[in-house]
Amino acid sequence: MDRRSFLKWMAVGWAAFAAVVAGYGTIVMRYFFPNVLFEPKQSFRAGFPDDYAAGEVSERWKDKHGVWIVRDSQRIYALMAVCTHLGCTPNWLDNESKFKCPCHGSGFYKSGINFEGPAPRPLERAKIILGDDGEIIVDKTVRFYQEKGEWDDPESFILA
Amino acid sequence: MVENHSSPKKSLMQKVTETQLYRAIFRVGVPKNRRQRAMIILNNVFLHLHPIRLPKHAVKVKYTWCMGGLSFFIFLVLTVTGILLMFYYRPTVEYAYGDIIDLREQVPLGLMREIHRWGAHLMVITVWLHMFRVFMTGSYKPPREFNWMVGVILLVLTMLMSFTGYLLPWDQLAIWAITVGSNMAGATPFLGAAGPGSSLLALGDVNFVTSGSDARFAMLGGRFVGEASLLRFYVLHCIGLPFVIMIFMIIHFWRVRKDGGISGPT
Repeated sequence: MDRRSFLKWMAVGWAAFAAVVAGYGTIVMRYFFPNVLFEPKQSFRAGFPDDYAAGEVSERWKDKHGVWIVRDSQRIYALMAVCTHLGCTPNWLDNESKFKCPCHGSGFYKSGINFEGPAPRPLERAKIILGDDGEIIVDKTVRFYQEKGEWDDPESFILA
Repeated sequence: MVENHSSPKKSLMQKVTETQLYRAIFRVGVPKNRRQRAMIILNNVFLHLHPIRLPKHAVKVKYTWCMGGLSFFIFLVLTVTGILLMFYYRPTVEYAYGDIIDLREQVPLGLMREIHRWGAHLMVITVWLHMFRVFMTGSYKPPREFNWMVGVILLVLTMLMSFTGYLLPWDQLAIWAITVGSNMAGATPFLGAAGPGSSLLALGDVNFVTSGSDARFAMLGGRFVGEASLLRFYVLHCIGLPFVIMIFMIIHFWRVRKDGGISGPT
């Protein structure tokens, strides 16, 4: 084998080696993203509108799905129980009529608007619609942001 | 030493030192001169990590604070206590917290977990003081600038060891601390679903960086801190990160020697 072809095959060999390493690296990266997650579904059925009293902040779905269903005088909306500061779970304080985060003290009104503590923006609202059978369906993959003026979007609330 | 078979009486010590086994292990003999002292250091796998001769300033605690050495010592303590903890701790949502309580209340020498925990705090402090000393004495300057960078990597790895270990007790503090910490990963530019630029990595309507495929997800193995996160952090804490940190420590110590030994006043 002369020097020219030796170098050529060296280049081919190294390229193949690099390709194998890169491919293996890609597969390993993919390995960390499983195909099946044993988590509660991102959308769930939340009963009928009449299950919620006017003015109520329902904690019925908080533990399992991390969502408050709130019914005010006109609308029913789904508030995400995730603090917009760093992602802790706030508590609903009925006596003080506010959401309060235990981690760093962020406070939110019943509407989800932030008014104290480090939270930079209001709580997010999830998509909430009525199914064909009249049952409420909450879809957490679709979010509505007050700061983007999305809380009047027809899918962000249902009329009570 | 020449064996003298005519001598009728030998002390036990003499008999032992004359065996082939003894002489195969202790080859140099009693260090009586400079050469033998140097040979002993050179021929021993553990001692050869040390320089054969030390400059006077290297043992001056006022200059080095011994913080690098202490960091390594605490790392060894953490390795030993960590292995001992692994005999009892099970990284599952069902058992983790109870096992931590049992380690304190039921297991003999329940201090072990406390030593591991306080040692971890201490190591962060000593690593920080070590870097502070190196900075203040200008020891990061050439030819040691490469080793400073290795040191910065070791600092990050120490922090990651702390971070991953933080979750393992599986108490409220742990879960919410990791929730907060991993949400920061979710704000990584491009790689985090909540970070700037993440919506740029999309093909038409399909977004590639979502809460199910971003940096935070890779860390947690899920969308929230749960069973998968506990297992991931456990494996990283006990195997993954120690493996990487040891490789960098080898480079770090080797580099100290190659760059002229421990730095001293010029």
